[in-house]
Amino acid sequence: MADLTRDDVAHLASLARIDLSDAELDTMVGELASIISSVAAVQQAPIDGVEPMSHPMPIVNVTRPDEVRASLTPEAALAMAPASEIERFAVPRILTED
Amino acid sequence: MSDPTRMTAAALADALASGDLSSEQITRAHLDRIQGVDEQVGAYLHVAGESALAEAREIDDRRAKGEDLHRLAGVPIAVKDVMTTTGMPTTAGSKMLEGWVPPYDATIVAKLKAAGLPILGKTNMDEFAMGSSTEHSAYGLTRNPWDLERIPGGSGGGSSAAVASWQAPLATGTDTGGSIRQPAALTGSVGVKPTYGGVSRYGMIAMASSLDQGGPCARTVLDTALLHEVMAGHDPLDSTSIDQPVPDVVGAAQRADVKGLRIGIVKELTGEGFSPLVQARFDESVQHLVDAGAEVVEVSCPNFVHALGAYYLIMPSEASSNLARFDAMRYGLRVSPDGIDAPSAEQVMAASRDAGFGDEVKRRIILGTYALSSGYYDAYYGSAQKVRRLIADDFAAAFGSADVLVSPTAPTTAFRFGDKTDDPMAMYRGDIATIPANLAGVPGMSLPSGLAEDGLPAGFQILAPAMADDRLYTVGAALEQRLVSAWGGHLLEQAPELAITKGA
Amino acid sequence: MATTTTDDVLGYDEALTTFDPVMGLEVHVELGTRTKMFCGCATEFGAEPNTQVCPVCLGLPGALPVVNEIGVESAIRMGLALNCSIAQWCRFARKNYFYPDMPKNFQTSQYDEPIAFDGYLDVEIPAATGEGTEIFRVEIERAHMEEDTGKSLHVGGATGRIQGAEYSLVDFNRAGIPLIEIVTRPIAGAGERAPEVAKAFVGALRDLLRSLEVSDLKMEQGSMRCDVNLSLRAKAGDDPTSPEQLAVPLGTRSETKNVNSLRSVERAVRYEVCRHAAVLTSGGSVLQETRHWHEDTGVTTSGREKSDADDYRYFPEPDLVPVAPSREWVEELRSALPEPPALRRKRLLGEWGFSGLEMRDVINAGAIELIEATVAAGAKAQSARKWWLAEPSRRANTEGVDLATYAEQVGITPEHVAELESLIVAGRLNDKMARQVLEGVLDGEGAPTVVADARGLELVQDDGALEAAVDTVIAANPDVADKIRGGKVQAAGALIGQVMKEMKGQADADKARAIILTKLGVEG
Repeated sequence: MADLTRDDVAHLASLARIDLSDAELDTMVGELASIISSVAAVQQAPIDGVEPMSHPMPIVNVTRPDEVRASLTPEAALAMAPASEIERFAVPRILTED
Repeated sequence: MSDPTRMTAAALADALASGDLSSEQITRAHLDRIQGVDEQVGAYLHVAGESALAEAREIDDRRAKGEDLHRLAGVPIAVKDVMTTTGMPTTAGSKMLEGWVPPYDATIVAKLKAAGLPILGKTNMDEFAMGSSTEHSAYGLTRNPWDLERIPGGSGGGSSAAVASWQAPLATGTDTGGSIRQPAALTGSVGVKPTYGGVSRYGMIAMASSLDQGGPCARTVLDTALLHEVMAGHDPLDSTSIDQPVPDVVGAAQRADVKGLRIGIVKELTGEGFSPLVQARFDESVQHLVDAGAEVVEVSCPNFVHALGAYYLIMPSEASSNLARFDAMRYGLRVSPDGIDAPSAEQVMAASRDAGFGDEVKRRIILGTYALSSGYYDAYYGSAQKVRRLIADDFAAAFGSADVLVSPTAPTTAFRFGDKTDDPMAMYRGDIATIPANLAGVPGMSLPSGLAEDGLPAGFQILAPAMADDRLYTVGAALEQRLVSAWGGHLLEQAPELAITKGA
Repeated sequence: MATTTTDDVLGYDEALTTFDPVMGLEVHVELGTRTKMFCGCATEFGAEPNTQVCPVCLGLPGALPVVNEIGVESAIRMGLALNCSIAQWCRFARKNYFYPDMPKNFQTSQYDEPIAFDGYLDVEIPAATGEGTEIFRVEIERAHMEEDTGKSLHVGGATGRIQGAEYSLVDFNRAGIPLIEIVTRPIAGAGERAPEVAKAFVGALRDLLRSLEVSDLKMEQGSMRCDVNLSLRAKAGDDPTSPEQLAVPLGTRSETKNVNSLRSVERAVRYEVCRHAAVLTSGGSVLQETRHWHEDTGVTTSGREKSDADDYRYFPEPDLVPVAPSREWVEELRSALPEPPALRRKRLLGEWGFSGLEMRDVINAGAIELIEATVAAGAKAQSARKWWLAEPSRRANTEGVDLATYAEQVGITPEHVAELESLIVAGRLNDKMARQVLEGVLDGEGAPTVVADARGLELVQDDGALEAAVDTVIAANPDVADKIRGGKVQAAGALIGQVMKEMKGQADADKARAIILTKLGVEG
């Protein structure tokens, strides 16, 4: 796992939806390998039986009442869209159904 | 009357209250200063002169009518470009968001507006706050006012450079692994990362949700406290916001009393790995605190050695997911891939994300994608979350024997541009002292400890238990008093004068 | 991709001679909360595009979610009604994948810590013997909270479908609407009745959730959507519940998405059984893939192959804090749950005095709630049953929708049926006229009294006119009249028919009979 290959990075880039160029892939393989070998040291910490911590503060049950708040106007919602049509966001053709 | 740009926010507030200065005068003076020097410094990405003056005049009018105003009303401020602002572009230093004008204000920005602080503009930063030098901004460098060939720190280099070069008395910052404290240290200014949840994250463009925290940047401890008080408080729009009263940070800064306080020196955050130049200033500062009546203890936080690893797994993991929304569909840069007719949405997303993100951002997204991917989650993200617990436990134990912990803020003074851009790990190691506080959610302050032998400022870090932010201010103010009196004035007064290149 | 299939299928009965089907059902229910799961935007169905959106549900930079408390409450109530355990502590998780109608490019969902888990739902299906019904227990693996996506309109290309479109237009009004996903454990042991069990489960679930009033549950509006997982395994004997059968490992499953009516659930299971069987008997292997269901043609077509690329990189949602429902709250919600539909059914059967067969027809027609409401509106249970199961039920079947949906579409209410019945009891309408009035109501002509008035349907109350008609008919049929006088009372039927004709149907047949007999000097 520490020996990350170029194909691995290409796969990760596709999961992350980034069209990396060949040159970028080449550079990134080396950089990532060095970073990963360094951060992998966390596995050497005395973590056996330790409860993972995902939130810095032990807060629970934060909710809001089911009350309607003002939405944006469609104009405001669409103002910064790269393209729009009939009050909708226009996006390039979608290849696969979800 | 002295030059408003050289006054503290507290002094400006007094001058406004007494009528010696108007907000318009103060705001205009800062806009003139920006026009005069920012071409060299590069602190601002966007200057909002007209709206700032309009806000200033409105405050002056309201004051003239005898309205009860916030203490800082009329004192201008610079806002880090990671916070959404209506009517002003918000780019987070990324090409991805070039020209994006948000339809809503971040809670912090709404609070600044409600308190009547005219917004001078938006400050430069590493793209999406990913970096420690502001070299990763898509819009160019910000220079350290102490030496224009050196970095101002990052990611909030713009905000710290702005206050350090007298272009704003106050600025906002965000701190995920040190982005407020480290630039403060490198520019001779003050910055605070509040307790996680103390300041709303709503409208702060997220890098790592469980680590990000907004906070104040200023030149003095009291000014920092005054801004802290404006920014902080419970926000129902942020589920992780703490629903408790804001600690009395202003009162603490005014008290400046460390008598009987136990100051813990973190063994793991001194000595080896820290430049002797920085270490010397740190030791002197500790002595000042002892002279002021504090007691020094040494504490050990053995798991801090793993903090950097845990941080560089958790942060990119969350960032990889937080930055997925930049997909060229609803806002932001949309680019078609070369040589493809009628590309699909999938292809346009991938091409836009390649074109819109800089190298550091892509590196972290890919790293985070790796750390979360099936088969590696437990080894990386999972292990990192356990280390995070160990670090929080180390803090809890240390705070059992010390009221605050102290360390140098950064291992070195400001380095030259390009020194570390080719070695990400070397850059990351500069965050060693600031990262533990983010992992545990505890508050931290950096204030200047003096100039190292290289003539550049060094920073002194104070850490306190969660929701004890006030302790940072009482210790910081006590130290500041003694240092300023030893220096015979504010450290920033020793900084080289910048040439006025335009206007003013 | 064409919507007609080139897939081979085997006959259902033939498939079942060799294979044993195992199903898994995943049902997404859109909650009927006023606002979205993580923001205060309204959730009105059919609003103008992008009018119910905000920074949070558009995934704008900097926006943060906050959980809707009624979303959590509804999830817990659903979990309790499904006999689930409710988590002491659970978190939301991000499911990361890119899709243009998903604003953040991750779905805020729950992963390994669902709010409700380990439950079951007993469903009633016709007994294998053909006599009465029996209970089939469907085990619930989990029910968890998540959010819906936006909706795309595909522009260009011939069909308006995703394939061949030039571009798409996205409306985010639906993005962020709360969803509860209910996942069953593999449903085995149903044998050839698997399609019926699937349909009965979704129907029972719908009834249950309707009784909780957590959702409007309109399948045709997509507020309840069903994914059908199906696999076949070798048949080990005639008893699908035998230990030998249950020990046979499962085959590869297909996942048919968005099956959106009860009837389609049944058909989709049946179709997939036939398709899998054809693949397997020809020596092929079933692909693990998603399939799309085509309501019009009743077939599934190949969607996306499941692969390693489906790496959702789940991790705990750092922008939300854990949900830790107190036991007091859970018990309070449990004690306030309505009577479960199955128990209610048993109670009503007793109250209404229906035969087992009648009750089965009522259940199959989905008429329980309607009859209950009609009885509450003043009608007798038998009359309510008779009228609902007549024309309305017939027309609902023709339309391919369930009775309740049909009633809502055409606007007929239990009050209407009770009113119809009261017109008969009051002697204003006879049975035949009542049928016409009912048709008028179904045709949207208004309430029964309005329809009767407009159509001029009313029994003639004037005995003079009726007596005159009887006189005319007797005079025209002396032979028949004589037979009656001679004691052949049953011959009166022929005269009654003619009297009714004379009266254009607007007479009370019983009254006509009485007058005929009196006039001919015979005691009725």
